[in-house]
Amino acid sequence: MTSGPRLFSILRQGAILIASIHTALDDTQLERFRADLIDRIGHDRAKGVIIDVAALDVIDSFATRTLRGVADMARLRGARTVIVGIQPDVAFVIVQLGMDTGSLVTALDLEEGLAHLAAVTGAPIGPGR
Amino acid sequence: MTGTQDDGSRTGARTEEPRTTGSDDEALLPELVAHLREHRTKLRQQWVSRIREENLLQAMTSQEMAAETTSVYDNYVEVLETGSVAALQQYARDLSERIIPRGVETHEVVGIVLLLRDVLARSLFEKYQRDFGMLNRVLDAYEPAANRIANTVAVSFVDERERVIRQQQDSIRELSTPVLPVRERLLILPIIGVLDSERARQLTVQLLGGIRTHRAKVVVIDITGVPGMDETVANHLVQTVDASRLMGASVIITGLSPDIAQTLVTIGVDLSKMATIGDLQGGLEEAERMLGYAPSRPEGAPAP
Repeated sequence: MTSGPRLFSILRQGAILIASIHTALDDTQLERFRADLIDRIGHDRAKGVIIDVAALDVIDSFATRTLRGVADMARLRGARTVIVGIQPDVAFVIVQLGMDTGSLVTALDLEEGLAHLAAVTGAPIGPGR
Repeated sequence: MTGTQDDGSRTGARTEEPRTTGSDDEALLPELVAHLREHRTKLRQQWVSRIREENLLQAMTSQEMAAETTSVYDNYVEVLETGSVAALQQYARDLSERIIPRGVETHEVVGIVLLLRDVLARSLFEKYQRDFGMLNRVLDAYEPAANRIANTVAVSFVDERERVIRQQQDSIRELSTPVLPVRERLLILPIIGVLDSERARQLTVQLLGGIRTHRAKVVVIDITGVPGMDETVANHLVQTVDASRLMGASVIITGLSPDIAQTLVTIGVDLSKMATIGDLQGGLEEAERMLGYAPSRPEGAPAP
């Protein structure tokens, strides 16, 4: 794993983890992100994960695959994942380049993502458990 | 712009017979200009009657015709005198701007300039017909300049018309893909007219932007007014629907005509991921159901 500043943050809100990516991540950073997030799911006993990509103006095929991988791994560890904040042109490029988004669940923004997770997991969104 | 005119004048010059004398010809133009100024009224009237005979510029009243022909004539002579087409170019552009909305065609504009060229050439013939050598030299001086003028006017007119067309295209494009919020989180995109790939691209931009701005959850795209669709556009539409899903909105397509349905199935576009409903009314009901609104139709009423 590389050292250096982390370009993402993972916050806990009730039973939900909110992971924000702050800037375009290179492949190493993406792997670190994946490892950290999967780790935290077990650690925090999270039932839901929100990955906020609103700050990204490019999402390439590796990033798409990584996000899909995170969602699948999270599911295996008992948490549902929602990707939120995909920008309009990013969304179109992802589709146009035929990147397989497979089973990824997406929502417009953080608020929508939280509402979706509350509905599917029944997890309380307020503080504490 | 200038490049085109230079090319034109060079072409004009190239088609000329090789010139026999050099410096003498330079003095000819002022003489020529003086002649044209002197007989301005007579020549202009001849020109106007030629225009009338040829049934050109019928959109203009005779006063307008008198005013415009005088300006064109003066500009014409000025170009002969100074050799600079800048003023004429400006005038031609203004003139085009005025007359294009009234349906004046390219052939009319080119036609009247060529008529003026002929009228003036004819008067030069008359003046110099006794001295054949002189006439030759006068025409040598006159013709390239005249060709250059005709070229300038035609190019200005066409340029102006293209500008108008571009402007209209832009406004049509803006009007062509309205994104209408009908309820909170519900957008409608009625599409009317042929959906070409440029318009499909515009549609995508507007739709995805609209989803973001209005925080839409459901979008109904109504294509009742679209007469046909080719494979590229159909695939683009499928991609737009997918991209909308990535932004957290569901898309319902309504009003696929029998023709379009047939085309889409024949060319094998993958429609499995598209939610389609027969008409806009049904689409709106489904959208409201998805958003959790009470159905707007009383229970038991017949389904569309």
